[in-house]
Amino acid sequence: MANFIDKLKPALAGSREGPPTSAASRGPSPFWVMVRKEFGDHIRSWRFVILLAIVVLACAGSLYASVSALKDGQSASAASGEGSSSFLFLKMFTETDGSLPGFLTFLSFLAPLIGIALGFDSVNTERNKGTLSRLLSQPLYRDDFLNAKFVAGLLLIAVVIFSLGFLVMGMGLFTIGYPPTPEEFWRVVVMLLITVVYVGLWLNLSLLFSVRFRQAATSALCGIALWIFFLVFYGMIVSLVGNATSPADTAAASVVIRHQDWMMLLSRLSPAYLFQEAASTLMLPDTRTLNPFITQDQAYLAINAPLSFGQSLLLVWPQVVAIVAETTVSFAAAYVAFMRQEIRSRS
Amino acid sequence: MEDTVIALSRLTKRYGEFTAVSELDLNIRRGEIFGLLGPNGAGKTTTILMMLGLAEPTSGHASVCGIDATRNPIEVKRRVGYMPDDIGFYEDRTGLDNLMYTAMLNRVPEAEARRRAVELLDKVGLGAALGKKTGAYSRGMRQRLGLADVLIKRPEVVILDEPTLGIDPEGVRELLALIRELSRDEGLTVLLSSHHLHQVQQICDRVGLFVGGRLIASGDLAALSQLLDGSSSYAVELDVGGWSDALANALRGLDRVTAVDLQETDALRATDRSDGFVTVRVTGTDDIAAELAAAVVSSGASLLGLRPLRYGLDEIYHRYFEGGNTVGQLH
Repeated sequence: MANFIDKLKPALAGSREGPPTSAASRGPSPFWVMVRKEFGDHIRSWRFVILLAIVVLACAGSLYASVSALKDGQSASAASGEGSSSFLFLKMFTETDGSLPGFLTFLSFLAPLIGIALGFDSVNTERNKGTLSRLLSQPLYRDDFLNAKFVAGLLLIAVVIFSLGFLVMGMGLFTIGYPPTPEEFWRVVVMLLITVVYVGLWLNLSLLFSVRFRQAATSALCGIALWIFFLVFYGMIVSLVGNATSPADTAAASVVIRHQDWMMLLSRLSPAYLFQEAASTLMLPDTRTLNPFITQDQAYLAINAPLSFGQSLLLVWPQVVAIVAETTVSFAAAYVAFMRQEIRSRS
Repeated sequence: MEDTVIALSRLTKRYGEFTAVSELDLNIRRGEIFGLLGPNGAGKTTTILMMLGLAEPTSGHASVCGIDATRNPIEVKRRVGYMPDDIGFYEDRTGLDNLMYTAMLNRVPEAEARRRAVELLDKVGLGAALGKKTGAYSRGMRQRLGLADVLIKRPEVVILDEPTLGIDPEGVRELLALIRELSRDEGLTVLLSSHHLHQVQQICDRVGLFVGGRLIASGDLAALSQLLDGSSSYAVELDVGGWSDALANALRGLDRVTAVDLQETDALRATDRSDGFVTVRVTGTDDIAAELAAAVVSSGASLLGLRPLRYGLDEIYHRYFEGGNTVGQLH
């Protein structure tokens, strides 16, 4: 330290020759610099490695379960002479021999955890470590900070989900030796895309908590509590409400149907339920409707054939829109909460 | 006066009932080192945040380099380097990474950012710790890294919030010397907030005293002490051997002497009490050192020491806080 003053003098004298940041040699915009840094931080963190290990293990396990189930099923159906090999490739994602849940179930269960883990400490840790005030005293827009956190997280999620999905596809291809049709391929890709949006919702929720709560632990707990609530308790609560308000057995059919519609609406508030509906419809082309009540005429007149890809997509469109809407609402909430906060160092 | 870099006019910030900053008027000239002095919670940091557009003033106007800080904070932040009081770095990144990140946020291309970062790190004496994670840095190292972090964007104005907090005295001395060098050689305007009087006194051209959200006085040291006392007064401290009440009366009888007070002796000197050595503070309306010396010697007592006292900031600070309290009680 003794002579650093002397050393600093010529350096500064030399360093101020040019105008600060001439237009010709401008670096990338601060937003992408932040995205890059966040992305790098995520990938290097232990948390991400652990999370990835869990998800990969779960997927490998489910793949094993589904492949063994398919083998049994194939031999059984071959014996009975049915030979229903339609959408065999998709069955790899849903079928299971009962020892482990299928890939889709695992994904809908574990994917929110990725979102929560990536976001829960993103804002409050920066605040507590004193880096937030330093960062925001640089020439960048305040919302860019939050946007960068979100975009970096979403990018990473997309990379993880897609590589996982393609990995399962490849492994499946390897083990069952049955190639997917283009339609099956696109169904899987769209399903993965919906999964990314769904995980993005959880990322946003955990971002919101990290803005709202000063302690990372509190915000993580909040995210996990919400996750468990929607995955486990929400369905129970809805059926409880359904039982309590169910019309009498003697009630008119229209009353029963209206009641059922209400219950559906209530269930579909849960993002987990929406995702399950959307993903399983895409993976099971035989699903013709998401309405639990169809009249006898409808059932009778319906053609007993799987839906085409476009029609399946049309069927899940409302679900996808609802998930996107919920994502947007939670991001807006995080945004407003962040913009209203005052930036002080470590407080 | 026309070259004003920071201009605050009637700047006010309220948090509910509490007024953090009240009707603040302040002008800071180019190339000046201005010390913002005040106790904790006086509103120093709030004022700084409003200058950077990080906090919105309730009323009033803040402009930096002629740019409205509330309306156009990005432009202001491009020109101003700000070091928060408790600066933090990304602890799992190296010092070099942290600096480069700051530079790139200021749109410096990567190669140039690396060049500048290495250069600055070397110059603040962190060249050896360049590849070390900042989590392993000591307090003093982080403060120096903070200074490099502020300078890497080549600012026109540097705002340092409590820069000397938690560094050892030698480190403080060097840091302050560095700040002064920068201001002088580069024409940097420096705003320094502190509650450490001695440090501010050493390097600041002007000082503003900040209490309870108000700037109660500003100016250089002489102006402040003038302001404080109302009339200018002089004080002399005498070490006298063979002190007597007669001598005290004789001194009081002197022309232009207003008070003669026996000072409490320092604990260190207590052992010297045996030889009857006493410290006296004499206040007068003019420079009276010569007369006092003559009076003491002619009375037969021995004059062991004579020190003219200048009011330091310490004194001023202390008095203002006594005054500040009564102001607080009146409201």
